[in-house]
Formats: sequence, structure tokens, C-alpha cells
Amino acid sequence: MYDVAIIGAGVIGTGIARELMRYQLKVVILEKENDVADGTTKANSAIVHAGYDAPFGSNKGRFNVEGNAMYGQVCKELDVHFKQIGSLVLAFDEEDRPTLQELLENGKRLGVPGLEIIEPDRIREIEPNVSQKVVAALWAPTAGIVGPWELAISYAENAMDNGAELRLNTEVTGITKKENKFHLMTSTGEVEARLVVNAAGIHADDIYNMVAQSEFTINPRRGEYFLLDNEVSDLVNTVVFQCPTKMGKGVLVSPTVDGNIIVGPNAEDVQTKDEINTTADGLDFIRQKAKLTIEELPFHMNITNFSGLRAEPSTGDFIIEESKQVAGFINVAGIKSPGLSSAPAIAVYVAETICAGILGSHAKRNPAFNPKTRKKLRFKDLSDEKKADLIRVEPSFARIICRCETITEGEIVDAIHRNAGARTINGVKRRCRPGAGRCQGGFCGPRVVEILARELKISPMEVELEGKDSHILVGETKGGADE
Amino acid sequence: MKAYDLIVVGGGPAGLAAAVEAKKEGVDKVLVLERDRELGGILQQCIHNGFGLHIFKEELTGPEYAERFIDELKEMGIEYRLDTMVLDISDERIIHVISKAEGFVTLVAKAVILAMGCRERTRGALAIPGYRPAGVFTAGTAQRYLNMEGYMVGKKVLILGSGDIGLIMARRMTLEGAKVLGCVELMPFSGGLTRNIVQCLDDYDIPLMLSHTVTDIQGKDRVQGVTVMKVDENRQPIPGTEIQFDVDTLLLSVGLIPENELSKGAGVQLDMKTRGAIVNESMETSVPGIFACGNVLHVHDLVDWVTDESRRAGKFAAKYIANPGGQKEEAIETIPGQGVGYIVPQRIRPSQVDQVLELFMRVRDIYVGQTVVIRVDGKEVQAKRRGHMAPGEMERVKLPVSLFNGPGVKKITVDVESR
Repeated sequence: MYDVAIIGAGVIGTGIARELMRYQLKVVILEKENDVADGTTKANSAIVHAGYDAPFGSNKGRFNVEGNAMYGQVCKELDVHFKQIGSLVLAFDEEDRPTLQELLENGKRLGVPGLEIIEPDRIREIEPNVSQKVVAALWAPTAGIVGPWELAISYAENAMDNGAELRLNTEVTGITKKENKFHLMTSTGEVEARLVVNAAGIHADDIYNMVAQSEFTINPRRGEYFLLDNEVSDLVNTVVFQCPTKMGKGVLVSPTVDGNIIVGPNAEDVQTKDEINTTADGLDFIRQKAKLTIEELPFHMNITNFSGLRAEPSTGDFIIEESKQVAGFINVAGIKSPGLSSAPAIAVYVAETICAGILGSHAKRNPAFNPKTRKKLRFKDLSDEKKADLIRVEPSFARIICRCETITEGEIVDAIHRNAGARTINGVKRRCRPGAGRCQGGFCGPRVVEILARELKISPMEVELEGKDSHILVGETKGGADE
Repeated sequence: MKAYDLIVVGGGPAGLAAAVEAKKEGVDKVLVLERDRELGGILQQCIHNGFGLHIFKEELTGPEYAERFIDELKEMGIEYRLDTMVLDISDERIIHVISKAEGFVTLVAKAVILAMGCRERTRGALAIPGYRPAGVFTAGTAQRYLNMEGYMVGKKVLILGSGDIGLIMARRMTLEGAKVLGCVELMPFSGGLTRNIVQCLDDYDIPLMLSHTVTDIQGKDRVQGVTVMKVDENRQPIPGTEIQFDVDTLLLSVGLIPENELSKGAGVQLDMKTRGAIVNESMETSVPGIFACGNVLHVHDLVDWVTDESRRAGKFAAKYIANPGGQKEEAIETIPGQGVGYIVPQRIRPSQVDQVLELFMRVRDIYVGQTVVIRVDGKEVQAKRRGHMAPGEMERVKLPVSLFNGPGVKKITVDVESR
């Protein structure tokens, strides 16, 4: 029996798992997809918000500010890309100024450090390319950018390094509670646990409905994005928001930790929880809105589009609590924006205050807990001397698989064999970036298929792009693969 | 640091022809660096025939065409390295290279020829809406899977874009037993060679849908369907014209882009139109001693023209190595005028042109019976009527040096005019 079963291996579930491993507990993460970070975690703006816009007294307001302050250390321990580059909220006319003032005051009340309203001269020093229409901006120096799936993958890896189990392709189909023990029916067998953490993202209400009548619903709200080539990486230096109006938050333009520029999102309520498609209208909307921020945005440098679903809770705020109906069932639900920013703080709160609190003396501190993951070797970032040294020791780092991003075979093999390692083409891409560059896998795709097949000892025809039925090759040619 | 006279980056048709030519011109130490496992470049996956009609006066397959140059290279004892990646090139022609065989190596050369080829435009370049399932391939990637790895990438196929690789793949996949439902082209004309339209689509009853585009991709895991719409004269989809295709695969053949990451690192100035280097009549880039040829310079339709151009680069690289000071003189600029997309070379030093200057160019539209007019500083010097010109087919223009070799000449302009 497990002490804690966590449903969902997004940044929330994996973060909680990692924090739980600071105790001598038996923890399992159940994930219905074939990789971690496969839901909302893989498709969002990748922003660590400063935390000035959620209402005072809300979970959002609290955990965002706390989470932001934890990011530096967590990302250092887990070797995750994080850059505290600051953010701007642009006001395009004087009528927007009171909104900036409100955000400033709200932020101060929430404890966001360093906020100030700045004028066009200083705005242009920070962001020379923004629209001439800008009249003022809210500057938030603590905002940052992060690799969102990187964080979740590293959380999962670190949790596993410290003894947690990860079960992929394991969909929870039913939950019953008998004698202080949960029985979770899954597609890969039954799992027993004292506590259940429901971190199932947009499916959190469906999961909760298995044990109780949910007091909340989770509605999928879609956001679509453009990702621009790193050739235009100097377009903006900070996270650039538009002043929120009654029409919504507007779209942002921001660098990513990998040197691309991300533009988006729109916000559209969708009917089902798998509508992760982009639409012509959605993309057009973003194109039009983004022009407000930068008149000449180079959309011809787009390398990919994607969309993600936000888990919009009917309560309006994050739901982070033990169910009042079912003891030992902990909902961590409705974690929409600023969910990523809040993740490190939510993880600590759920593990320490809620789970360890319930388990009481059963949750003993784990003196062997190692907060650090094994460093990732990023060939491209090494000096010439270090490159030469590395290749001498490990020749597979001399074989470049991805030309666009200069990714070596050694990095791909490592990404596959780490804990919570890659099992799919996109899994490899999210861990070390082959296929994330401007050719989007045109050259390296066949090579990555080959390496995955070799390392996992499967046929190339069994290699998946992403989901469980996303096979790339459908058969052999008439001549066959052996000739 | 190992020193060479000439280092050729890329062992595809351009690199091979350039290396062989330089060696013939007397360059002693030549090295070809190839990132793939074999020489020949993309030709190795082009197993169809039709290569070499101009150079060899016979129809060869891609591997056969490549083999002629590989054999010549080997006979001449030209050094080459496979599975070897160039990390960067400096403007002083210092090159960092890695390979499993030799590790991290620094090389230097008296001259460098850039011949890295091009890559395919992807779905992102067009921002095609829809899901992002498996089963969306660029045509060249699909070609590699089929012809080199031996795997099928799909059974029911739609092709977006009528570039040559897409057309070739329409036939190739049909021959492998797949059903190709159609080839969809945004423009009112094809981007491929006429012969490929006939031999790859018409001969197999595969419809070519001009002025159409893909507006949606369905299927969360693997492609389940593709929506196509007719476009208006501004290339915008016309509501109500949706056609649904029940396919498991979408191939993209929507253009090629020269791969100039290394060139940029070396400080080579690029042309916004070709997305390759700006070169002079000798195929020399803005960085002295660094030359460019083949698809890294501009995208060609026929490999024969790549060979022609690359031989020129090899020849002039040899000349540069023998006399690195070179000819310092004001260059004349070539200017693509009305109806002309681009011209290569972009700079001309008349003293370096041997009697006749050859310009490569692409037109912007389909033209029938139009006249190509060349003006030197605004004064017409040549006008030749052409039967048929299309953006998919590269045009070559020959201009005797006597027509522009005057003092103070600034520009040569090429226009397409109806007369």
C-alpha cells in the first residue's frame, strides 16, 4: 500500500511528489498519458508571474508570490532553465493608467517586491521595439520565464531519484474508500493508498466525482500560441503584457528560456477537454492583438503553433484542500494561471501542511533526501575545451543529431535513460530539444526514431510521436527496412 | 590546428563538384566535411531518375549522379570526413569540427566553400491550424523514411504544396501502395517542374488543386482528416468551399530555405530574397575567401545547375588561393526588376568575367511570350523573348561582358516585359 497516490503527472502532481519525498513515505504518481507534463504543463505561456494581479486573500494571490520567490532555488536544484527577466504591463492610452495604479497597489499589498510605474523613456530603454503608442507601464522585476515541462520532468525525476514511483499509461477509472484506505481502479491494475492527491488538471472534477459529488467543475479554456524562430530572439527582453481591459488580458510577447519568442494566448471556452487544436480565427486574433504591443511582429518567422487548455475552476480560485466530504482525499484543482508560477509553493504546502499534517507522526523526515538532480550535459553551452574533454570521455557527444539546436546523441541517450525518461519523439524534444528548432524535426526526426528504438529495444514502427496512438511509421516499404 | 588550402563544408552535389573542380585547378590540400553518414547529400534519397540531362546528357538517378562525383573525388585523392559536424566558421576561416572518429578538431583553410544545402519549410511557416498529430511530414523527411530507411509513413495521403519533392513523393507513395488523394497548391500555378506534374500526378490520375490550401488538420494522435479550402486572389480561404479529405498523412512540399546558420556565424552577408549569401561573379561571399554554391546559396530546381554553379565556385576558390589579394574593384550590382524574384550573383566585377556573364534568376509569376529585358544603368542592352517562364523553373541569362564593361557602371537590371 502506498501512503500517497497522486493522480496526474503535471507540474503540480510531480512537484507534490518531490516534496513528499522529503518524508519517508511510499508515493506513486499515476499518469494516464505516456509521459509526464503532457497536459496543461506542456502548453502554456511559460511565465513565472510576479504576482500582482490576483486578489488579496485568494489562493492565487498567496501562492503566486510565494512560488515566485522559490523559483530561483528550485530551478537551481533541479537544473531547470529559469530567467528572472522582469515583466512590463503596457498602457496604450492615459485611460489605462488607473489600471496600472490598481495593479501596483494590489501587488504591494500581496508583497510583490520592486513594482513601479515607469514612463516611455524608461520603457524604451528596456524594450526598444514596443509600440510608439505606449504611455506608461508597470515594471515588475521579479517576473521570470521557465521551461515548464522541464520543471515537471525534473520534479518527477527527482521524486523518483528519492524513491517515488511513476506509473505512465495508467488511467484512473474508479476510486472507492474502505476502512481509511483508498482503492484506485486503473487501466494497469488496482492501487491502494492512504491519501489521494487529485492533481488531474482539467480532469480534476471528473476524478473527484469518482468519490464524491464535486463541489466544483473544471471548464477547459483554450489558449493558442505562436512560437517564433530564435533568429528574432532580441525582439523583446522581458515578458511584455498588455494592459488588461474589460475585453480581457490581451496577448503577451515574451522570450522563452530557449531563445524563441512566444506570442499569445487568446482565451476561448471550449466544449470538450481534448480540443487542443489551433484555429484560424484564434491565430488571427493573436496576430491582430499582438500588433498593439509590437507593430511589426515578424510572424513569418513562426516555427510552430500550439494550444493548451487552462483548467478554469467554477470557484474562480485555486482549490487546494482536503475534501470535506471524503477524508484523506486532497483536491489540488483549478490550477490555471498563475498555476505554473505558484507550483513550487503549492507543492510544499500540499506535501507539508496537508499530507504530512494528516499523516502526522507516520510522516517521518527523510534524512537521505537529495534535492538535486544529476546535472544535464548541454553540449551547446560548453566551452570549446569542455566540448573537447567531453567527447574524449564520451564519443556519443560528438554526433550531432539536431542541427538546428546542436543537440548530440549523448544528450538524447541520457534523456531516455534518466528517471522519468523520454519514451516518445516529443518526449525527447521536451527534454533536450531535438526537433524544437526551425526545421521542426525534418532532419533529426528519423535519427531520433532510430535512437529511441535502439535504446528502448523496440521496433522503429512502435516509436510514437507523442500520445499512445501517435505512431509515425505505418509499415515497411515493399523492399523492406532491411534491404 | 590542421591547415588546408580549401575546406568544403558539405558533401552533397554542390560540395563534391566544387571540391573536384578546385582540385582540377591545382589546389593541393582539399578537405570535404560531411555531416551525414555518406557523401552525396540529399541526392542519395532521390532514387527517381531525371538527373544529369544537361551535364551528362543521360538520365541518372540521384545516387547515380552523386556516384559520378564521389568516384571522381576518390580517384583524385581528395580528403573527406563523414559523420562530421562543423560547429562554427570564423571570418578568418578557422573551423571547429566534431566527429566521433576524431573528437573536437580545429581546422584552418586558405579558402572555404559553403555548400550546406537547404532545409524544408514546415507547417509552422504557414501556421496551418488544427491538431498536431503524427502523420504530418515534410516531403523530404518522408522521402528519407521511404527510400533510405525502408518505412512507409502513411496509407492515405494528401500533399500540400506542389514543389518538386512533393510531386515526386506523390508518385513514390503511389508506387508503394499508398493512395494519394490529391496535391493542393495555394498559388494558381504549380511550384514544381512541368515534367514532374505530368510524370508524377497526371500519369497516376492524382488531382492537382490549384488556388487551394489546407485549413485544418484533425486527429489528436495520428492524422484522421484534413480540410482543404479554395482561396481568393489574396490567398485567403473562401468560406463555404471546405472539402474534407479522409487521410492519415499530410505531406508538406511548401518550399525550401537555404541553411545559412554557419554562414551568419562567419559574418557572411545574406540576401533577403534568396535567403542565401550575397555573392559576386566568382561565387565569393562578402567575407573574402569564403565562397558559396548550391542550395545554400539559392534553391535550384535542377542539380545540373548546382553542378555548373559549384564548378564555378571551385574554380574561383582555386584562383583566390593562388592569389589571395584578388581583384579589388567596384562591383556592379544586379537588380531584380519587374517580374523578377531574385538574381544570383548579386555583385559583378567585370574584370573577373570570362567573356560571358551568366545570371541565375527566378521569375515571380507564370509568363508566356514575355521578354526578358536587361538594362545597364538604365540603358537597354539586351531583350530576349521567352516562350514560357514559371517561378518553379530557374531561368539563366547570358550577357556578354562587352555590354557592361564600361567605366563607372553601377547596376544591371533585369525586367520581364510584355512587348
